[in-house]
Amino acid sequence: MLFFLLRRIGVMLLTALCLTFVVFYLTNLPAKLETLAKTQAGSRISDAEVQSWLARNGYDAPMLVRYGEWLGVVPGWTREEADGTLQGRCLRRVEDPAMAPARCGILQGYFGQSTRFRAPVSEVIGARLGATGWLMLWVVIVMVPMALIVGVLAGMREGSRTDRSLSTFAIASTATPEYVSGVVFIALLASTTVGLSPLFSSWGWLPENTALFQGNARSALDQITFWNFTLPVMTIALYGMGYVARITRASMTEVMTQQYIRTARLKGVSFPNIVMRHALRNALIAPFTVIMLQIPWLLNGVVIVEVLFSYPGFGWVLFEAAVNNDIELLLAASMVAVVVVLLTQLISDVGYVFLNPRIRIS
Amino acid sequence: MDPLGWFEILGRMAWQFMPVWIALIVTFTLSIAFKRKLGLYGKLFDSRIGMVGFFIVAFWLFTAFFADYIITHNPLSQGRGMRNAAPGTPMARLAEGMYEYYLLGGDTRARDVFSRAVMGAREVLTIAPFAAMISFMIGISLGLPAGYIGGRLDTGLTFVANLVLAFPVILLFFLLVAPEIQDTAIPMSMAGVLFLVPVLFFMVLVNSRFHTQPWKRTLYVGAVLAFGFWAYSGLAFNADPLGFWGMSPNLLNVFVAVVFVNAPTVFRIVRGITLDIKTRDYVAAAQTRGEGPWYIMMWEILPNARGPLIVDFCLRIGYTTILLGTLGFFGLGVSPESPDWGSTINDGRSVLRSHPHLALVPALSLMSLVLGLNLLADGLREESLKD
Repeated sequence: MLFFLLRRIGVMLLTALCLTFVVFYLTNLPAKLETLAKTQAGSRISDAEVQSWLARNGYDAPMLVRYGEWLGVVPGWTREEADGTLQGRCLRRVEDPAMAPARCGILQGYFGQSTRFRAPVSEVIGARLGATGWLMLWVVIVMVPMALIVGVLAGMREGSRTDRSLSTFAIASTATPEYVSGVVFIALLASTTVGLSPLFSSWGWLPENTALFQGNARSALDQITFWNFTLPVMTIALYGMGYVARITRASMTEVMTQQYIRTARLKGVSFPNIVMRHALRNALIAPFTVIMLQIPWLLNGVVIVEVLFSYPGFGWVLFEAAVNNDIELLLAASMVAVVVVLLTQLISDVGYVFLNPRIRIS
Repeated sequence: MDPLGWFEILGRMAWQFMPVWIALIVTFTLSIAFKRKLGLYGKLFDSRIGMVGFFIVAFWLFTAFFADYIITHNPLSQGRGMRNAAPGTPMARLAEGMYEYYLLGGDTRARDVFSRAVMGAREVLTIAPFAAMISFMIGISLGLPAGYIGGRLDTGLTFVANLVLAFPVILLFFLLVAPEIQDTAIPMSMAGVLFLVPVLFFMVLVNSRFHTQPWKRTLYVGAVLAFGFWAYSGLAFNADPLGFWGMSPNLLNVFVAVVFVNAPTVFRIVRGITLDIKTRDYVAAAQTRGEGPWYIMMWEILPNARGPLIVDFCLRIGYTTILLGTLGFFGLGVSPESPDWGSTINDGRSVLRSHPHLALVPALSLMSLVLGLNLLADGLREESLKD
């Protein structure tokens, strides 16, 4: 088990290294650096000014060297200004240039400076991850029970009318990407002029000029309420739910054909009892893995939903960083994403062993 | 003129779709009449879900095909005074021979929402199936040897596939699909590698079958290579001497990114199926006969894996459509004029609360197409399991 964990962590580090290098390469292409210079120093600067801005900020060294700087294996760049002050990658963090360490990269725990937010990357990511954490928490709270209930109800009597309608619902939900359901929800529920809200107002169920739900989730940063958080959460949960529900259904139908279920029925155990006591535990092993593997996929939805509902979380930061080519922020964001992907894989593998004693790893 | 009511709008839209209805009726009559002779496709008409799915997919396919006859206005032309017009608004200034209404209203630039949605179907359906097909060929060509031969090859390929899969799709899109990237050699070199695989795939497919008959082999492999490299030169490098094949840098960029995201998933599926099938008796029989590894992979394992692969292919087209929509939604890789559904949704986002029809029409179109593909896949799965 320990060897398995160690190997997994080794693979994780290797993957993170490869991925960050790819991200680093793609964000440091000359054209991308030019974009960066223009967003930082003004969009109308000349080519020569772009070059001097890049040189001034340490972007002119070879790419591999700068990747090393970011990793913290190569000493950070330093340069003496015309007025004798010293500028450098590692000097921004400390008051006294003499005290600055030679290397500063992720190995030293320094994730760099965000050019878009003009703050240390770790601060930006830390604050935003918290916001997304709440979003994900509510998504999981809504999505998992709903998906399991739909899947179990559909799978316990294969081919019944309940099964057919719930399966169609699950298929429809997998066919509705976040940008479709989000748009439909906003148009239907979050507008004071169209959709259901004016209708309800005219019936006197709602006060004038209020929408059923809020289409802008920014206020959820201060306080999460039913009013401002329902639509973003539902939008993500709906798309992720269908897949989990279908896996649960497949797993449930398989379990229901097993001999021990038949034995239980022949013994005269009531149907609800069979489902709850005999089938459910075995049927939930496969969905558990899928739910864990689904979490990184939710990240896509998180980016779309946070942009659509202007909720400043991790996804929104990723979007802003990508649009502004904020190199170090993008690198840190991709590290976070990779860690989430590989960690959930690990949890799903380890959890699988605990849930299903027939499996042995290594 | 008065604005149209909802019934009139629906009626007029149904009338515009007339070529599609005719084509659908012909397809369905013929298919149902001969369904016993049509194999898996015919069996589709035994399952209600499969039939509904096929109906929706065929509807959009014919819409894309007959789009020129269906649209009421040029999807790019701006009707004066029609900005954000409500559905069924009559034209403010009617020119000679112009359709009298904006059936589903106007968008922020006073273009016809209905015609744009119809043209959007063509945009989506020219890219999605082909991107899915290329992804499939890459996934198959790499997944078969990974599963069949195993060993270091398998470890290496699986690591690379997992690497791509660990990338958040959106981040990859932001990095790969950008105007700055289009100017570099990256999309072209990626296309150079990715598009080479289908050519090699067909070459190996033909070669492994006919290598015992040298004359036939030379003829067929030569034909495949000639055709393959003709298409390859045009699609990957935009250097087709005859000018038949070609892709704009924009399109190539989108295409490559979508294929790159999809191929590893297909690879994993194919590898899994291969691992299962290679233990079967007919594979052992072929090995005993002395067949080469590529023959066994291409002509013993692949045909027996077709069931799940066909099902996944339908799902993959749907997923590719969703990915294309995502790209459009973030304004990546498409020209601002483009009527594709993702970017129209994005355009309509700003006025969503006052004029929802702008975003709702493409959103519901996209959803219905993907739903149709998923239902079709479900029907196919059900019917192929019955064998």
